[in-house]
Amino acid sequence: MTDASLYDRTAEPEFGDYVTLLKPRVMSLVVFTAFVGLLVAPVPVHPMIGFAAILFIALGGGASGALNMWYDADIDAAMKRTRKRPIPAGLIAPNEALGLGLALSGIAVVMLWLASNAVAAGLLAFTIFFYVVVYTMWLKRWTPQNIVIGGAAGAFPPMIGWAVATGGVSIESLLMFGLIFMWTPPHFWALALFMKSDYNDAGVPMLTVTHGRDATRRHILIYTILLVPTALALAFTAVAGPVYIATALVLNAMFLLGAVRIWRRDDAACDADSHAVEKKFFRLSLWYLFLHFGALLADGLIARLAPGVF
Amino acid sequence: MSTFDRATHEIHTRRWGRNLGLGIVLVGFVAVVFGLTLAKVSTGANMEAFDHVARPALIPAE
Repeated sequence: MTDASLYDRTAEPEFGDYVTLLKPRVMSLVVFTAFVGLLVAPVPVHPMIGFAAILFIALGGGASGALNMWYDADIDAAMKRTRKRPIPAGLIAPNEALGLGLALSGIAVVMLWLASNAVAAGLLAFTIFFYVVVYTMWLKRWTPQNIVIGGAAGAFPPMIGWAVATGGVSIESLLMFGLIFMWTPPHFWALALFMKSDYNDAGVPMLTVTHGRDATRRHILIYTILLVPTALALAFTAVAGPVYIATALVLNAMFLLGAVRIWRRDDAACDADSHAVEKKFFRLSLWYLFLHFGALLADGLIARLAPGVF
Repeated sequence: MSTFDRATHEIHTRRWGRNLGLGIVLVGFVAVVFGLTLAKVSTGANMEAFDHVARPALIPAE
């Protein structure tokens, strides 16, 4: 919870500080996955409407980032990695971030509704609510499963993109959601295994600390085992083509192998090679998500630009 | 005195940057709304909506 008197504005902010408040790096993932969701949908969208929809989805994501920074200013101030964010750095007052976040949330949802439809706008509103209220305010400080819950918020964008085109929810968009949702825990827990984090000092429970590193390794394997059928199920839907099938087969085999390797290790083995296996798994996880959505995009483009090639 | 001048000047530069940024964002927003309007009109979206009076044009053809 933020206390306005703790983070009084001490310097004049630049325009870029307000942009930082919107978490532009998170936004880039939102833009990419929402774009893929929109493009692979069976209903063509006017390019201008598609562009505007992606823009407002990104803006909604940014607004939830600002609201997250407003609420989590105390955590950000306590951790080295986030201490220079605009609020703990004294550049932007907490209430200003709150106002900006609320205003941009409203603008993003209303504009997405006007640009596309109520289902897409409703999903965006729910995503913002879920990330800010359910994740940030409620579960993040309460349970070490916070990563799992937070992953759901990050998994909504392709569903919103799909809804922009089709006006609804379907098995394909649910599976795209499931892909990111199931991918998030192994991705972050692998990072938590080799990164020295000060989350615990800031009062955020992390699985590595609350349940130990062995439990974290087990969790990585369990979520990877759940992730593989989700990714492969997407291959049986209409949005996937040969590129996706080939990509999913190779990447899921590699990912599962990596998770098993992590699961079979102990702390001594990790120290011996400075977490080489965990670091490799983490790098693979970045490629995993990017290439799965990239493959969907490729199949979508092939189907649209050169139908009948496969 | 010179320190004060410089500090004031820096604040003005930052404010100018902020105002310029906001200006660009607002012009961009207008452009997006205009572009959306063109796209909606060209794809044949409904031009009229319910406005508390009977509008025969809104009644779907049988």
